[in-house]
Amino acid sequence: MTQTSSGPGSGPGFGPDLVEVFGPSQQDGGPELIQLLTPEGERVHHPEFDMDFSEEELRGFYRDMVLTRRIDTEATALQRHGELGIWAQLLGQEAAQIGAGRALRPQDYVFPTYREHGVAYCKGVDPLSLLGLFRGVDQGSWNPDDNNFGLYTIVIGAQCLHATGYAMGMQRDGVVGTGDPDRDAAVIAHFGDGASSQGDVNEAFIFAASYNAPVVFFCQNNQWAISEPIERQTRIPLYQRALGFGFPGVRVDGNDVLASYAVTKAALQRARDGQGPTFVEAYTYRMGAHTTTDDPTRYRLSDDVEHWKLKDPIARLEVYLRRNGLVDDDFISGVQEEAKQLGAHLREGCKALPDPQPLSMFDHVYAEMTDELAAQRDGFAEYLDSFEGARS
Amino acid sequence: MTKITLAKGLNMGLRKAMEDDPKVLIMGEDVGKLGGVFRITDGLQKDFGEDRVIDSPLAESGILGTAVGLAMRGYRPVCEIQFDGFVYPAYDQIVSQVAKIHFRTRGFVKMPIVVRIPFGGGIGAVEHHSESPEAQFAHTPGLKVVACSNPVDGYWMIQQAIAADDPVIFLEPKRQYHADKAELDESVSPAPLFTSRVVRQGTDVTLLSYGPMVKTCLKAAEAAAGEGRSVEVIDLRTLSPLDMGPVFDSVRRTGRAVVAHEAHVNLGMGSEIASRVTEQCFYSLESPVLRVGGFDTPYPPSRIEEDYLPDLDRVLDAVDRTFDF
Repeated sequence: MTQTSSGPGSGPGFGPDLVEVFGPSQQDGGPELIQLLTPEGERVHHPEFDMDFSEEELRGFYRDMVLTRRIDTEATALQRHGELGIWAQLLGQEAAQIGAGRALRPQDYVFPTYREHGVAYCKGVDPLSLLGLFRGVDQGSWNPDDNNFGLYTIVIGAQCLHATGYAMGMQRDGVVGTGDPDRDAAVIAHFGDGASSQGDVNEAFIFAASYNAPVVFFCQNNQWAISEPIERQTRIPLYQRALGFGFPGVRVDGNDVLASYAVTKAALQRARDGQGPTFVEAYTYRMGAHTTTDDPTRYRLSDDVEHWKLKDPIARLEVYLRRNGLVDDDFISGVQEEAKQLGAHLREGCKALPDPQPLSMFDHVYAEMTDELAAQRDGFAEYLDSFEGARS
Repeated sequence: MTKITLAKGLNMGLRKAMEDDPKVLIMGEDVGKLGGVFRITDGLQKDFGEDRVIDSPLAESGILGTAVGLAMRGYRPVCEIQFDGFVYPAYDQIVSQVAKIHFRTRGFVKMPIVVRIPFGGGIGAVEHHSESPEAQFAHTPGLKVVACSNPVDGYWMIQQAIAADDPVIFLEPKRQYHADKAELDESVSPAPLFTSRVVRQGTDVTLLSYGPMVKTCLKAAEAAAGEGRSVEVIDLRTLSPLDMGPVFDSVRRTGRAVVAHEAHVNLGMGSEIASRVTEQCFYSLESPVLRVGGFDTPYPPSRIEEDYLPDLDRVLDAVDRTFDF
């Protein structure tokens, strides 16, 4: 494999040296990383994005992240026991998702990838309903409009255009920039570092910029697109790309729930106010495999994983909460108990998810069923009935 | 009553749909001030504003992908693809998203999107401007595919497609846009959208077509009549679903069938139609169902497109061959 190790340069007449413009590659996010809580659990301040959090909010973030991790570990275990065909793990990305998820207002709309379990949880989607897709009993079982949470999108990046279109619809509905906090709405599009290479994501940037659409592009840069490292997707820090499209980009510590919340909240407000799109790069790390079928030991060093373990989003918040006397053992064990119950709910619920009826595949292909498909369905029903001991 | 061209019919139909339903939007490249490269959306932006007649960036996947989001928000986007050969950048959004979202969401989310595609050749255009991609969309469950062939159908069918709750690929024979005029009587209620229609009655052989080839087939039938052969011509109008009832009725009477389209014959609409006719009318057939279409080559340079496109003589040749068995 050929790869130049130097940064993108330029020659005379081709403008400034790009390393000078974008800075050297920074393993840990570089000085632009917006942080309010260090990996050691120290509360730090930021000139633009600082904010005060109530004790209730802080404990809420902790609880949300613990429960989200439990959804993930439980689903991973269910896959190992053969109850799910596959599972896309979010381990390590809890802070980015809870921060972004909690920054939303009820009227905001989410367009997720297939890994946004934490955001789904924030939007009030029953975690059990996330499992159907991975068990193979449905392709997403929730009504997107019930919680303003779209169905998981598997074709990488396609949802960024849907998000932009939805935001264009909000503009036409007059729910942007009215100044009414209960009315003004925004859209958040989730995607990853791999998706940043997709044409659809780049087209979404162009459409959103051109129409000044109220959409936040929330990219969880977890450093890996299955086996391909971030260097295969970009030669400059991802958040810097936004400038070229004509809207601001910021890089936030995606393992810091406080900063992820503060930055997303500000970006969503920009959108609701009618100031257009924002790119938020949540700098994080995929601690687990891409999915349960992946084997990351084939392509990455355990040293890197160990390095990121020290930045764990839950551990750092727990250190902060304990050090400041905001939680006690009772609170922590209470959350653990809640997580256990959630785990049981998922285990029992998953095994009880019914297989769909064969004939159900014909439902909903069209809003208005066609005669030819109805005939095909009826023929198949007749065929099934022709077997001895058939249903009817 | 007014005499209108296909372009005018479509323009009037779009205008009517926009007047009837404020959720109807038009999106596409150059659809605003210019009125589209074929002027189908002429004057609409002026009357309905830039929020409803949206000039999009030059990105077809972007047009369809944002249309999905607008549809989720309750809008009914009508997307114009400038030329048939430019639909492929949007193919992923059409096939993987537009076609499947109603199914994926178990009916919670409807996709009332119309994708208007000027299709077919015969206008002396450069590469990628003369293609007939209908089979690729007809092969995709979740999409409905129709093709209009005349001004009056253009007026009604575009309105019916916009009113449909399913995504509709709407094929417009571009070489007919400004060709012929027909009288539009708005007091006559139109046939349902997903129906085929006998456009010339005959007794000896059934000639099936759609879009730009309907005119060719009618001319062929006229010529055949001069030779004492009675050709029934059916305008299929809908390609997915197919409305085969009138076709079966016809073939059972005539015993012979020829399918003509501009698209490549291999795995084209004609293959599916021949197969269905064979399955349903086997004992009525006096000869195999024959197909006439473009050759299995990329669309050739325009100086030889008349050799590629099935013309009156090739259609008549196929009709004649059904009597050789």
